[in-house]
Amino acid sequence: MSEFLQQLVNGITWGSVYALIALGYTMVYGILRLINFAHGDVYMLGAFFGFYTARALGIAQHPSPFGAILVLLAAMAGCGLVGYVIERLAYKPVRRSSRLAALITAIGVSLLIENAGILLFGADPKFFPQIIPSHNVALGGGVTISNQQIIILVVSLVLMGALRFIVLYTRVGKAMRAVSHSHTAAALMGISVNRIVSFTFVLGSMLAAAAGVLVALQNPKIEPLMGIMPGLKAFVAAVLGGIGNIPGAVLGGLVMGIAEVMVVGYLSPTYRDAIAFVLLILILLLRPAGILGSSATEKV
Amino acid sequence: MRRILWLVVVIALLVALDMGLPRVLNPYLLQILVLCGINVILAVSLNLINGFTGQFSIGHAGFMAIGAYTSAMFSLTVGRGWVSALTAAGMPDAVASGATLLVALLAGGALSAVAGYLVGLPSLRLRGDYLAIVTLGFGEIIRVLILNIDAVGGARGLPGIPGWADLFWVGLGVVAVIALSRNLAHSTHGRALFAIRDDEVAAEALGVDTTSYKVLAFVLGAFFAGVAGGLFAHFLSYLNPNSFTFIKSIEVIAMVVLGGMGSISGSVVAALLLTLLPEVLRPVKEYRMVIYSLMLIVLMITRPQGLLGTRELSLDWLRRKRARPAPGTSV
Amino acid sequence: MTSDTRVRLTLLWFLLVAATFALGCGGSATEELVIGEFGSLTGNDATFGQSTKNGVQVAIDELNAAKQGKIGGLKVRVVVEDDQGRAEEAATVVQKLINSDGVVAVLGEVASSRSLAAAPLCQNAGVPMITPSSTNPRVTQVGDYIFRMCFLDDFQGQVMAKFASGELKLTRVAVLKDIRQDYSVGLAQYFTEAFKQLGGTIVIEQSFSSGDQDFRAQLTAIKAKNPQAVILPIYYTEAGLIGRQARELGITVPLIGSDGWESEQLIQIGGEALNGCYYVNHWALDQPDPKLQEFLTKYRTAHKSDPDAIGGLAYDAANVLFASLERLAEQDPESFKGLSSKAGTEARRAATKKLRDLIATTTNYPGATGVITLDENRNASKPAVVIGIEGGKKVYKASISP
Repeated sequence: MSEFLQQLVNGITWGSVYALIALGYTMVYGILRLINFAHGDVYMLGAFFGFYTARALGIAQHPSPFGAILVLLAAMAGCGLVGYVIERLAYKPVRRSSRLAALITAIGVSLLIENAGILLFGADPKFFPQIIPSHNVALGGGVTISNQQIIILVVSLVLMGALRFIVLYTRVGKAMRAVSHSHTAAALMGISVNRIVSFTFVLGSMLAAAAGVLVALQNPKIEPLMGIMPGLKAFVAAVLGGIGNIPGAVLGGLVMGIAEVMVVGYLSPTYRDAIAFVLLILILLLRPAGILGSSATEKV
Repeated sequence: MRRILWLVVVIALLVALDMGLPRVLNPYLLQILVLCGINVILAVSLNLINGFTGQFSIGHAGFMAIGAYTSAMFSLTVGRGWVSALTAAGMPDAVASGATLLVALLAGGALSAVAGYLVGLPSLRLRGDYLAIVTLGFGEIIRVLILNIDAVGGARGLPGIPGWADLFWVGLGVVAVIALSRNLAHSTHGRALFAIRDDEVAAEALGVDTTSYKVLAFVLGAFFAGVAGGLFAHFLSYLNPNSFTFIKSIEVIAMVVLGGMGSISGSVVAALLLTLLPEVLRPVKEYRMVIYSLMLIVLMITRPQGLLGTRELSLDWLRRKRARPAPGTSV
Repeated sequence: MTSDTRVRLTLLWFLLVAATFALGCGGSATEELVIGEFGSLTGNDATFGQSTKNGVQVAIDELNAAKQGKIGGLKVRVVVEDDQGRAEEAATVVQKLINSDGVVAVLGEVASSRSLAAAPLCQNAGVPMITPSSTNPRVTQVGDYIFRMCFLDDFQGQVMAKFASGELKLTRVAVLKDIRQDYSVGLAQYFTEAFKQLGGTIVIEQSFSSGDQDFRAQLTAIKAKNPQAVILPIYYTEAGLIGRQARELGITVPLIGSDGWESEQLIQIGGEALNGCYYVNHWALDQPDPKLQEFLTKYRTAHKSDPDAIGGLAYDAANVLFASLERLAEQDPESFKGLSSKAGTEARRAATKKLRDLIATTTNYPGATGVITLDENRNASKPAVVIGIEGGKKVYKASISP
């Protein structure tokens, strides 16, 4: 029993990593209908920005909560800028082209960041400094969780709430929702579509950066290709929960995390990478809009 | 009659190439040429799904892997026995291994086509990005499955596959997939596929059986991807699951998109270009992938419809006459 | 610009590219010795290729400093090619090295899968190939032109089993392997066989895929079986993280690893979690062996970091090749001249055959990773070293001979 509970805790904490990354994914997709393949790589950049900031400011040697927040903010600012540049230079010019052209561009951007990362940071893994020292928290019955895992879980829930607030209750959020329905109609209503799209990208990239720093804190090994698999699976998580739906992304992430861990624990660990996609195919066949998504009929 | 004549000419030409080229080109260039051919088959077959029918498949490496492993296992288990039996019966070695290879390729293609059917089914319900993600997932599932099957070597790979595939067989595969695509494009079925691509709802309203046509596209595309995989296996003599990752699917998509969705000749040109480009970029090694990805982005920005759009290269066109729009191009 | 002209321009460009490509090839007679190296400089396994390249670079720097980069009067040039960690790319680049660059010998690869894809090509072309660190026994079985600088997986599996069973007196262990790496899958199997023969039991076998970040699910399942140690025949890229997560979950037993653990980053990433763990290795950096310490100093100056075992083995592979070339130049200048003749000619084949023969007779060569003697199967038979990690330091524990 304690093994099962421990696995459940493992699943939830790992799922919260997916949830964090999926939040940014789902937002960009909601507005642009673009699978931003580079999202996972921005997540990687976030970890590296955090790494270099911590090193430059000497926070690695003297961990403090203030320093940790500084590192997080620096990484978010850096990735926000990167997100802005990516959107302006690569995605904006293809926005009016076919969906496939946009998808290929996204894949190109992703490959570019990965390979530029190998050139700039080196291919070997780096150790991410423990800017928040880790300690274990016993939950009783032999089940343990680390303080860093709790932080990730809490942060993803808080961000989910904050995002929901922005989207539902602010002017910018209203504009975002309008743009997601129709670019043209939104433009006719006097909304600057370009500005909203840029805003979404910056916000999404900042979320990815936060995820990068937090995950690197928990699993302190960072490398230029670390974003590929989590990025892909986080997208699956977003689809699972209902793409474009913010609580759905978190729910999808948690479901994926638990499913993966349970497959490893009770079936065969080798099928871990497959289960995400099996789950995805099932949900798409049974409920194409995702767990929380509302189905929209295709407009003719 | 004319068809048989064509076939004879093509085979004669391929035999001549197969005999002649090794005298002119070194093994490295020959290998590149063979890989070009395999990539052409992959690109043209994916074009059937993505270009002709407007479906969104990004799991082509999965189909290729199924074909590669199936045909390799066939050759390793029964194929080699056939060849020794046939040669013992007095058949020339090249013919015996060729015939066996043909069976192996068909077996690989067939199983891959079955997989294509299974993947094609969800396409009835799913569109666009969702279908893309399902096909992506399919490709990953196939790779994970292969890693887990000990009989095919898992992560250690599958060595010792007979090296029967040469320029001749790859050339034949290229001719087959191009001929099929061309004929399809000019047939009723092809028009139906184009109609689905251009407007699925309208096509359905006009009485096109969109369901079976979409599945048909998947089955045909998967079949040829499987054949390409079989050629790949019998050319390299060694298989490893890492050859069939997501990146491989992306490479094939890049070829189709670069050439122009729906253009057969575009897919061919792009497949050649994208196979040769990394070779040309070898001197800059570490920067190679950076340059490759940058070019992909720049191309999509400057020419999102690909090099040829939906047009085809033809002699008329090369004679600077006005290019005729390819069948099915929306005006 | 109309789209038609644009299409035509693109086509023109394509033709140009094809033309440059055709021109750039063709090996001609040269006044230099060209050596090929292939490895995964990009892709998932980029660390392996780059470590190899760094190790070979130190050997070249030495040659440049000592002999103006010349052997037997010919300038040595190393052509490095990237195979992106893919078997088919490995086959292509080795074809290129042999046929277009006209290399006299090939160094590489780390992963046995890619060495296996390349070895038949070298064998057929009669070009000696030295793999620094492919541990799968099948690699050198391809033919008599294929050599290796390290011990084999089956030997290493026995060493790990012997150490666990003999020195640590363990009987019940868990195995956690990397399903994506042929190295790990093979080694896990050899260990399991050897350990069972010594009377031990494997209480649970778990696996992951390289690149994974979270191993808690596997470790929780392992913990439930209460093993006396966890065997990790994997690369350092994951070992550090696994160590951390194991300790977080309350697994306190030692972790026992293989030569893939050897890297500076291992302890950096694993931190205190790895104290009390062991791994089998080719060398122990704290040993006073002069050849090793010399290499360490040079590597640290050149690359600002400590080498991993892959780098050390690559250095040795390059040096064994250089030494064999030098012996050829001294003993048989006539044949040596043949090395600079055009690739594919009779003179060239005869010369590389002589070179092969000389590499095969390598005995007691003092390398950075130990004394190298190639046996009749063209494998280096070297003792393995067991390293213990104590207080964040790697400490030499034992040497176990084949």
